[in-house]
Amino acid sequence: MTPLMEVRDLVKHFPIRKGIIVQRQVGAVKAVDGVSFDVQQGETLGIVGETGCGKSTTARLICRLMDPTSGSISFQGQQIAGLKGAELKALHRDMQMIFQDPYSSLNPRKTVGSIIADPFVIHGLYSGEGERKKRVQDLMDRVGLNPEHYNRYPHEFSGGQRQRIGVARAIALEPKLLVADEPVSALDVSIQAQVLNLLRGLQREMGLTLIFIAHDLSVVRHMCDRVAVMYLGRVVELSPSDILYSSPRHPYTGALLSAVPVPDPSDAKRDRQLLTGDVPSPANPPSACRFHTRCPKAQSKCSEVDPVLERKAGGSVAACHYPLTDDEVASLLPIGLARAVEAEPSAEAQPAP
Amino acid sequence: MSPLLEVEDLRVSFPTEDGVVHAVDGISYSVDTGKSLGVVGESGSGKSVSSLTMLGLTRSQGARIEGRIMFDGEDLITMPDSGLRKLRGNDIAMIFQDPLSSLHPFFKVGAQLTEAVLTHRKVSKSAARARALELLEVVGIPDPDRRVNEYPHEFSGGMRQRAMIAMALANEPKLLIADEPTTALDVTVQAQILALLEDLQRRLGMAIVIITHDLGVVAEIADSIAVMYAGRIVERGTADQIFHAPQHPYTWGLLMSIPRLNSPRGDELVPIAGRPPSLINRPSGCYFHPRCPYVQDAHRRVDPRLAPVNGDDGHTAACLLDPGVRTRIWEGVQSGRDVASLRRLAGSGSSAAGGSAVGGSAGGGSEAGGLGGGASVSEARAPEAQQ
Repeated sequence: MTPLMEVRDLVKHFPIRKGIIVQRQVGAVKAVDGVSFDVQQGETLGIVGETGCGKSTTARLICRLMDPTSGSISFQGQQIAGLKGAELKALHRDMQMIFQDPYSSLNPRKTVGSIIADPFVIHGLYSGEGERKKRVQDLMDRVGLNPEHYNRYPHEFSGGQRQRIGVARAIALEPKLLVADEPVSALDVSIQAQVLNLLRGLQREMGLTLIFIAHDLSVVRHMCDRVAVMYLGRVVELSPSDILYSSPRHPYTGALLSAVPVPDPSDAKRDRQLLTGDVPSPANPPSACRFHTRCPKAQSKCSEVDPVLERKAGGSVAACHYPLTDDEVASLLPIGLARAVEAEPSAEAQPAP
Repeated sequence: MSPLLEVEDLRVSFPTEDGVVHAVDGISYSVDTGKSLGVVGESGSGKSVSSLTMLGLTRSQGARIEGRIMFDGEDLITMPDSGLRKLRGNDIAMIFQDPLSSLHPFFKVGAQLTEAVLTHRKVSKSAARARALELLEVVGIPDPDRRVNEYPHEFSGGMRQRAMIAMALANEPKLLIADEPTTALDVTVQAQILALLEDLQRRLGMAIVIITHDLGVVAEIADSIAVMYAGRIVERGTADQIFHAPQHPYTWGLLMSIPRLNSPRGDELVPIAGRPPSLINRPSGCYFHPRCPYVQDAHRRVDPRLAPVNGDDGHTAACLLDPGVRTRIWEGVQSGRDVASLRRLAGSGSSAAGGSAVGGSAGGGSEAGGLGGGASVSEARAPEAQQ
């Protein structure tokens, strides 16, 4: 089966300009620098990484809210990297986005009804007033909002409800691909679970393909079939969730997993592997493997030869010359994670009660 | 030895156009020197207001503050502003969630650190500056000689939070209040900051009150935990008790609604239904009853008090369910039984609890009323409710 989307060598450089009247380019922030991945029909692909690793830029590029500097994006067999005007507008019927901040992504001066109806207006669908209202109310009902609140304004809703409004707007056109950029980071824990369950439910009902971007590794593991780990504009590891979380091969993935606080005091005594320092500037990234400046396993080769993404022992696809071994992984991961991985096959063997 | 910090029946309310907001509604806890307390709860549960009140930072807003906050033998609530000013940044220091808005953008980091030292100590400027350098080094900022002359915007998020911590440590406080210190940070940086706080606590013997909504963070750093809901503490205990034998349905809800790295993938999350109540028109009876899956009729009328959990030293919970039933429900919740069957369990328990009030309040001591689990009938609160 051909993938829904194929991204190849995607690059986005933001120019750094100097000068007041005559501006010349003195450099570039290499936000996304050669990213390739496939998105399969109906799957959830997670993208994780620290602030500034390029995950949000990647999301905006594949939704074509930004023009890529170079690279190709093919969606349903169509090359979309260079689309403009009417063609681009038509594309957006199949591709929608949910944003992080439910407070700033909804126009405070419009009613919820007209916010959710906006996609219909833009694409000239259901032009009859009564029909459009009915559609919007169906959508509100579907995402768990009270359809009677059609005429209310965003400020009358709580954070979780606003995020539901954003979801309703995104699924209004029944898109094939939904890109969610940190959809739950601004929400309280109890509300976060409601929105995550909503997204999973909608995905099942509508056969949506979901690209889920988050910095919370536990949430990503819960939601995603496959996960791409990004560092400084590159994908450093890309694997099915079960493999990535049980046998990560890239030391950066290992460090991320090691840093996640686990809500279990008996795990607090684990020796964490702490990364030192901060992410280097994407305007001037380190040579070859970009992680070598912070990597505990780095050797001279790492600053000379750029590693390529390839399958490593244990099945994970990582870009690293000196991938983690099973023993190293065991000492890095939360105790419970190793336990859960061992326990999973036996749980499957038992018939469900 | 009396604890370093002892909060007793603290109440904070703010009059607004819409009515009185009861932000903090009678909370009590204590923290010993060298120990850490985690305060967990959702937005609007009163966790930040209670700590701001400790430093007198809610005073100017027309707030009504009642109760006692004993710190080192003195009551912070009745203490005059001048006394508090001597205490703030000296014996008690605070770090906030957003380091960029807590640092002054016009002044160099070094100047802000020096100010923190000079405010409380009679030392020369050069000595204060030397101390600033030393502090930056303590919190692990590389190249402090250069960094001390930089502005906050030249620092990364993690470094700003380190600078904030350096400032808080300037006068070696006895108590550090950290309000969501890692919420704005990446996991890798969060792990660094938590490790730093733990290390500093060990070395300086500080007490820490850490306020967060992240259960992972409290599990990591806190010795004891207070779970807040709608301005009250609904459960209090050691980290082990809260995570391994939680007693309150709200705590269960919090624990079950977060995806974990170590739970099997594909399990549905169990969110807490509804949303936090308005602090102006609070629900009757147990504040959690509108969202509680195990609510019984009596819970809508009876207001639960924190009561000791049988056989568990220092563990208290404010729940009207029979303790035995609670244990069975929690076991059911963990093994993934559906809510409906567990609700029946709750029903069977409450009728039993009526008959076995002794069992319910055996450890309740003087606080416990006749209604199992330590309860007071809501009529007792009636005058307040009418306001």
